[in-house]
Amino acid sequence: MTETALDLSLYAKPCGPGTLEMDLAVEGVACGGCIARIEGAVRKLPGVTEARLNFTNRRLHVAWCEGVLEPAQIIETLQANGYRGHPFVPLRAEEEEAATARRLTRYLAVAGFATMNIMLLSVSVWSGNASDITPETRDFFHWASALIALPAAAYAGQPFFTSAWRALRARSLNMDVPISLGVVLALAMSVIETANHAENAYFDSAIMLLFFLLVGRTLDHAMRRKTRAVAGNLAALKAETARRFVGDELVSVPVAVLEAGDRVLVKPGERVPADGQVIGGGSEIDESLITGETARRKVAAGANVYAGSLNYSGALTLRVTAAGGDSVIDEIEHLLEKAASARSATRRLADRAAGVYAPVVHVTAALTFVGWLIAGASLHDAVVTAIAVLIITCPCALSLAIPAVQVVASGALFRAGVILNAGDAVERLAEADTVIFDKTGTLTLPEPRISNAADIDPELLQVAARLALTSRHPLAVALAREAQTRMPYDGAIEEPGQGVRAVIDGVEARLGSAEFCGLAGRLAAGPGASLIVFRYGERSAALAIEQALRPDAVAVMKRLAAMKFDLRILSGDQPGAVAPIAAALGITQWRAGLKPADKIALIEDLKHRGRRVLMVGDGLNDAPSLAAAHVSLSPISAADVTQAQADAVFLGDRLGPVADAIGIARRARALMTQNLWLAAVYNGIAVPVAIAGLVTPLIAALAMSGSSMMVTLNALRARGGRS
Amino acid sequence: MNVLIYLIPAAVGLGLLGLVAFLWALRSGQYSDVEGAALRVLSDDDIEGHGG
Repeated sequence: MTETALDLSLYAKPCGPGTLEMDLAVEGVACGGCIARIEGAVRKLPGVTEARLNFTNRRLHVAWCEGVLEPAQIIETLQANGYRGHPFVPLRAEEEEAATARRLTRYLAVAGFATMNIMLLSVSVWSGNASDITPETRDFFHWASALIALPAAAYAGQPFFTSAWRALRARSLNMDVPISLGVVLALAMSVIETANHAENAYFDSAIMLLFFLLVGRTLDHAMRRKTRAVAGNLAALKAETARRFVGDELVSVPVAVLEAGDRVLVKPGERVPADGQVIGGGSEIDESLITGETARRKVAAGANVYAGSLNYSGALTLRVTAAGGDSVIDEIEHLLEKAASARSATRRLADRAAGVYAPVVHVTAALTFVGWLIAGASLHDAVVTAIAVLIITCPCALSLAIPAVQVVASGALFRAGVILNAGDAVERLAEADTVIFDKTGTLTLPEPRISNAADIDPELLQVAARLALTSRHPLAVALAREAQTRMPYDGAIEEPGQGVRAVIDGVEARLGSAEFCGLAGRLAAGPGASLIVFRYGERSAALAIEQALRPDAVAVMKRLAAMKFDLRILSGDQPGAVAPIAAALGITQWRAGLKPADKIALIEDLKHRGRRVLMVGDGLNDAPSLAAAHVSLSPISAADVTQAQADAVFLGDRLGPVADAIGIARRARALMTQNLWLAAVYNGIAVPVAIAGLVTPLIAALAMSGSSMMVTLNALRARGGRS
Repeated sequence: MNVLIYLIPAAVGLGLLGLVAFLWALRSGQYSDVEGAALRVLSDDDIEGHGG
């Protein structure tokens, strides 16, 4: 049985006659110097025609002549230079977003160009109206403005017009309806006024409105794209490989290409790549990522195992039953569908504001028109005044009020290590009053750690940890984290299923089970801990390995409790494992041994009592609860399905981002409300002026830019605050 | 004021030229890595080795 290198041909795509290209997500890019180092090293490889590192999203694009270069060499070259590279297939969604971003920037450029040039003409007309402009010159300036404004608006207004049209067809109102109506009417009226040699035209107002709104949209989109790119990279870095049998040979392939019926080998210390049935070998597996339970399960031929389980002791051969990527246990899938559909559709603040705002504006404009007619004004004057009301109220400030805060807040969250999945997560996060934590992998670190290091002679611990480097057994891997060197001992031998032994400085050292070390019966593990025994000559130590709390868990719980949150733990693990954790964190309300359906029932119960639940969980068993909760967070180490359900994902070993995210979200929510009030106050002042027929294009331009600046500057305050 | 008849179109035409230049830059991917562009300008690798 031979083993070949990872098959990368799946990632390389032809990009011309005889050339292939590939994208890699690169880990470890920190500074400008990395660009030259990476590109230089890769370009020196034979056959490479192009290597370009995108520093913004940390991706490397390589093209090379087919046949000259093995793609694996690129990854090896990166590794030799201290970077980790992972082949990367851009998701369809991400490509579409890139196209949208380019389109938005084009709209913005056109609107910006038009605004500048029309303003040039408008300012001339305004000052001319106050002095001695001739009607012919004014008409010429107005027609020139029309010539710029009409095509520019038709092009740059597309996102608003299509969105408004979609809303109207669905018989609802969004903010784009009053925007589109205002822009179209303002332009139409201006053309008619110009044809009648009038003094005022509103081309500048209409096009400036589009420009401001496009600035907001482009920024919003750019921020979302940036977080999406980071999430995509993390997914690529996490992507695991599986050993698939091709005949009798083993080939490493990406998990994503596994199909039902494939045979795969899972070595000790590896995660099961896809759901499957054991057809050969026997082992103990840790299913904590799936069920939350930390006790291990013995499996033999015929047993079913699930993707994400950690194989402990022996090699397993599996027949894949569900293809990589879509493996979800039936029960969880079923619960997930139910929970996701039951999630109360919370209406976003912006939509609620639009629902109130649009009818009020349109009715006010209509009343103005009727009022002026009754008061004896001409039809022309009544129409002009009514349209002025529409223009002055055009929700520039209102539609920037929320997106501007959202952009700034998601930037602040990004810096705090929280990546948003859902656009309205900020609003919902701010409303939470109850936080439910899963235990395994959420409150505790995803990987076990040695818990009694303080009781052991540090010198002895270092020898044990270095010896552990030889083994891939998960307990040994946990112990090896303590090692200060990465160099395993020469001549160390692993006895499968028992332990590792080596002769160090003429003295025999053994690490493994108590029997293996000849110390059987003299040592016992505490509850919830696994024991690994070390013997070095006459000296020996029992090392307890258990799920350790995240380093700042206690401090974060104190912070959340001080913020008057109702804190709970719902775990799938045994009560004996949950109780000490709950006690250490000072959480009195905890439940253990829960099935996914039980967790949902408890969350539903809280929801019925009017609570807004924030669920923080990582296991596959938490995915339905995440979908059922008002808002949800999961750590980056979570199962893929779980992460996809979460509203946001937090990075790193610390729990701090959870508390930070709530703080940022609350501040953002307060600023959103504040901005809506600012916009309302602006309208309260501007509308009576417009109804009275006193609005000139100059006043409209000043009011519009002034109010937009005001809400944008206020939104910037969402940045502040120390974590 | 007849001078305006060709001065205004000339001004707008120059503006259009700028717009076209920006759209061309956008299309050719010059805005796809703005952070990298800021750092690349500082690297001296174009001076050191002509062959590399």
